[in-house]
Amino acid sequence: MLKTFRIGGIHPKENKISAGKSIQNIEIPEQVIIPLSQHIGAPCQPIVKKGDKVKVGTKIGKSVGYVSANIHSSVSGTVLKIDKALDSSGYRRDAVFIKTEGDEWDESIDRSNNIKREFDLSSEKILSKISEAGIVGMGGATFPTHVKLTPPPGTKPEVLIINGVECEPYLTSDHALMLEKTEEILVGTTIIMKALKVDRAIIGIENNKKDVISRFRQLIKNYPNISVEELKVQYPQGGEKQLIDALIRRQVPSGALPISVGAVVQNVGSVFAIYEAVQKNKPLFERVVTVTGKDVKQPMNILARVGIPLNNLIEKTGGLPETTGKIVSGGPMMGKAIASVEIPVTKGTSGILIIPTLEAKREAMRDCIRCSKCISVCPMGLNPTLLMNLTEFEVWDRAETNHITDCIECGSCSYICPSHRPLLDYIKLGKGRVNTIIRARKN
Amino acid sequence: MSVLLTAVATLGAIGAGSAAILYMVGQKFKVEEDPRIQEVQDSLPAANCGGCGFPGCAAFAAACVKAETLDNLYCPVGGQATMDLVAGILGQKAPVTVKKIAVVRCSGTCENRPRTNLYDGVSNCTIASALYGGDTGCSFGCLGLGDCVDSCTFDAIHINPVTMLPEVVEDKCTACGACVKACPKDIIELRKQGPKSRRIYVSCVNEEKGGVAKKSCEVACIGCTKCQQVCPFEAITIENNLAYIIDDKCRLCRKCVPVCPTNSILELNFPPKKDKPGTQIEETATIKA
Repeated sequence: MLKTFRIGGIHPKENKISAGKSIQNIEIPEQVIIPLSQHIGAPCQPIVKKGDKVKVGTKIGKSVGYVSANIHSSVSGTVLKIDKALDSSGYRRDAVFIKTEGDEWDESIDRSNNIKREFDLSSEKILSKISEAGIVGMGGATFPTHVKLTPPPGTKPEVLIINGVECEPYLTSDHALMLEKTEEILVGTTIIMKALKVDRAIIGIENNKKDVISRFRQLIKNYPNISVEELKVQYPQGGEKQLIDALIRRQVPSGALPISVGAVVQNVGSVFAIYEAVQKNKPLFERVVTVTGKDVKQPMNILARVGIPLNNLIEKTGGLPETTGKIVSGGPMMGKAIASVEIPVTKGTSGILIIPTLEAKREAMRDCIRCSKCISVCPMGLNPTLLMNLTEFEVWDRAETNHITDCIECGSCSYICPSHRPLLDYIKLGKGRVNTIIRARKN
Repeated sequence: MSVLLTAVATLGAIGAGSAAILYMVGQKFKVEEDPRIQEVQDSLPAANCGGCGFPGCAAFAAACVKAETLDNLYCPVGGQATMDLVAGILGQKAPVTVKKIAVVRCSGTCENRPRTNLYDGVSNCTIASALYGGDTGCSFGCLGLGDCVDSCTFDAIHINPVTMLPEVVEDKCTACGACVKACPKDIIELRKQGPKSRRIYVSCVNEEKGGVAKKSCEVACIGCTKCQQVCPFEAITIENNLAYIIDDKCRLCRKCVPVCPTNSILELNFPPKKDKPGTQIEETATIKA
């Protein structure tokens, strides 16, 4: 039997329409808007000003604070202004506007396509390169990678887990990347193993990506410390804690980090970015974005530079279908509906999903019938209906003792609820409040 | 018969014994409570709204009795009359406070502020504002989902179905501040009610630059400083492209209202201004509904 995590989980229709499609390039527009906050943590400080000339890969935003990541220009040209622009949060935030002139890359970047396998760098040097390149978790959470790869004192990583699960329906960007950059990802994995000083790595892939699994198994002979595990298709297997449970049968305790069970998890997108940063000196300024949807003319995987408006990507796939009801940035489960197609691609944009009107409508909420489906699907073993009620009535102490802060916001509860109750919407709100209360208490 | 008597006698003895023990324990562990606390509590409105900053009227009463002066204690619901009563019980003098009222600082009606997208999520402002900037071009303004209405104990704030904005019922608002806390956008503010309920305020919280603000809403404050220049009492500050009238300095002269190019300064309950020949002021700004 195939491995999977043990608590809860659902299996929504996969709808991987763009699976197996090769990665397409997209034209660089005349102007790009690069948000200064593309990661969890403090926004960047701009280090360019109006009129400055930048090249592809020039650092334009300096990270401030420990949890933050540098931002680099994705085009060559002139800085038009630093102003507020609408981003995927739906709020206007600081961004750098750059007028494109040609496509001149920074000299230090190795643009060749050949795979560079050898590296001779110390763990510290690797981490500083990752930090400098502004790499963040590319599965969508956008947590700065150098922070994640620096285990807190007193902990020791034992195993590196590479997340090639891509459990979100529709999305295929990781799939496409793993198919085309298999060996690069393996080299990237050895780099991270060196940085973490671990001697074992497991790549977890769901078995709806058989082509990727066989491709990895072919190449893995040269990498004795890396193994590939085929996993049963189950959402939310791409969650760190679920993946750790599925692969090494260890459960991360409530409130603890994966490192507490000796595991560090990295998304394949981040691994590829780390390969490029360490071996090719290339900072993170482009990523693979899936543009998909049932009525999209040509769903595809696009290698898009950060700062290109989402509209350009949609146009490339044949334009916005007439039936469009909702445009979601990310996957259908955890993604977020966006208010405008003018917002730019960021480091965390894994996909653009265009949902037809008929499917986009939210059903009216009805009363809870106590069927407990939400409890049985919750991968964290929580009681979503109780947590929703506690949030609604602002009973924060009980919400805390019922582990509201453990919620990974996967949305399985809202998906399964036969009464269409907005469980996750409330739990997210309650989780935020309880976290604020806990922080206030600590200070 | 004797069985009956024995039973009655035994039970009686147990009862009397227990009563004696309870009495003694009650005497020994008696909690001395200031009788004035109850007295003060009885004079309070018993709304338990928390507007005073205490978790209910009983706690406020205890705080009043304990405090040396009533300077920092105020029951917004009962107002001056209640505080005078409390002061009487405690033999103190209640400080004179000004009656306040909640004002909604947003005039972004459907007409003034066109919708740019449709929100079909939970009808809750806090959830919506955590999700995104809102269904209009202005990410500062009112979402109209009614968190303030839910928070009000006094039925004093309602969403107008035409404008989709909350409206405060002047007679009912006690300035307890529950809606101020409930609003995730910090739109509602407690301001002086003013003589005859006359008050002037900037009905906008948009901190965007003028052009951007104006594009998203017809009546947005664009931070043009015209009101600041015309104010004789230095009562208007401009920060982050947004004008703000300081309650304590404003003398309700109304000079700022007609100069506002976007009609974002509202005047309430004033008699219509007479046009004096020779003055520059020609039209009275009215609330655009």
